[in-house]
Amino acid sequence: MSDITAAPESEVDRHLPPIAWLSSLALGLVVIGGIIMASYAPRVAPLKFAIALLVAAMVLLLSAVGLLVRIPEFAWAKFLKVFKWSLLAYIVEAGMIEFAFVKDQMRGSSLLIVTLMLVVFATSVPVTIAFTTARYAEVGDG
Amino acid sequence: MTDTVQVSKPIGDAGPLPDRPKIQIVPVRGLPIVALAMAFVVFAVASNNKWALMFCHVVGGGLWTAIDLFVGLILGPIMGRLSIPARAEFSARFMPKMVIIMPTVVTMNLAAGFQMARNLGNLTASSPNHTWLIASFCVVGVMVMIALGVLEPANVAVLHEMNKKVPNGDRIHRLMNQFIYTAGIIGVMQIATLVIMTRVASR
Repeated sequence: MSDITAAPESEVDRHLPPIAWLSSLALGLVVIGGIIMASYAPRVAPLKFAIALLVAAMVLLLSAVGLLVRIPEFAWAKFLKVFKWSLLAYIVEAGMIEFAFVKDQMRGSSLLIVTLMLVVFATSVPVTIAFTTARYAEVGDG
Repeated sequence: MTDTVQVSKPIGDAGPLPDRPKIQIVPVRGLPIVALAMAFVVFAVASNNKWALMFCHVVGGGLWTAIDLFVGLILGPIMGRLSIPARAEFSARFMPKMVIIMPTVVTMNLAAGFQMARNLGNLTASSPNHTWLIASFCVVGVMVMIALGVLEPANVAVLHEMNKKVPNGDRIHRLMNQFIYTAGIIGVMQIATLVIMTRVASR
């Protein structure tokens, strides 16, 4: 029989590092960077600020991943299952955005920065979704 | 609050629940429609066809705004007042649809909208619409962060929790509240989008 219970706090409700916050902040920084790049189109945006945002976003995302892999007893099977499907969806989304920028003749370092921002975008959202799901799963859940 | 009392009470008190079918988190039958929509967006952007771009932008934007307003300001408060089992039952049918509908309409709207703005010259600094467009980018940016950072992870996590043999009512309640509150915030922000877009269209 299926039932919904008010189960007591279990180890899946334990305190975990702020991984979802870090990956969401990384997303926020590349969204701001994307707005700056898009608001200058079709001109070339000033790249220094965009690069700074991109580097900060990468640091945050790598910190999230670093903290994630150090969690003992984590539902990795569930994480990877959710991550790979979300990643597929967000690669398609990022690909659409990249296509629009390439179609609009964005080239050179601007295109490289936008591409790297899209890599952060396509990775940070799946990390947030998969972590939020897997943190409530039992180890071994797939 | 009634909700709180019901959260801490196992549902077994009201009698056994029938076996629930496993929730399909991504409704596979909807994916061909998504693929068609995406292919049409690619066609619109690649061909710069004015009607196709306008269609994608207006249909995607209309649905996005209407769904956000309806879910955030009408459905959300109703869901918040339902008992946990009723909310779970409703969510099991409602949320998988949201998983594929929202990213699709958002992509249709934004991709076509950006291309149209570029073609119409609204992105150039000298355009009278430039400032309004930047404002709309900012509003969309905040909505994207809330939707992708909080709402969608909560949505997916609720569905996984409900697929467990023994779902945890407290956890579902917590995650559903995240969904409902963030949907409400996004609903309010959509009013700003309506103001900006009608302003741009009427210049």
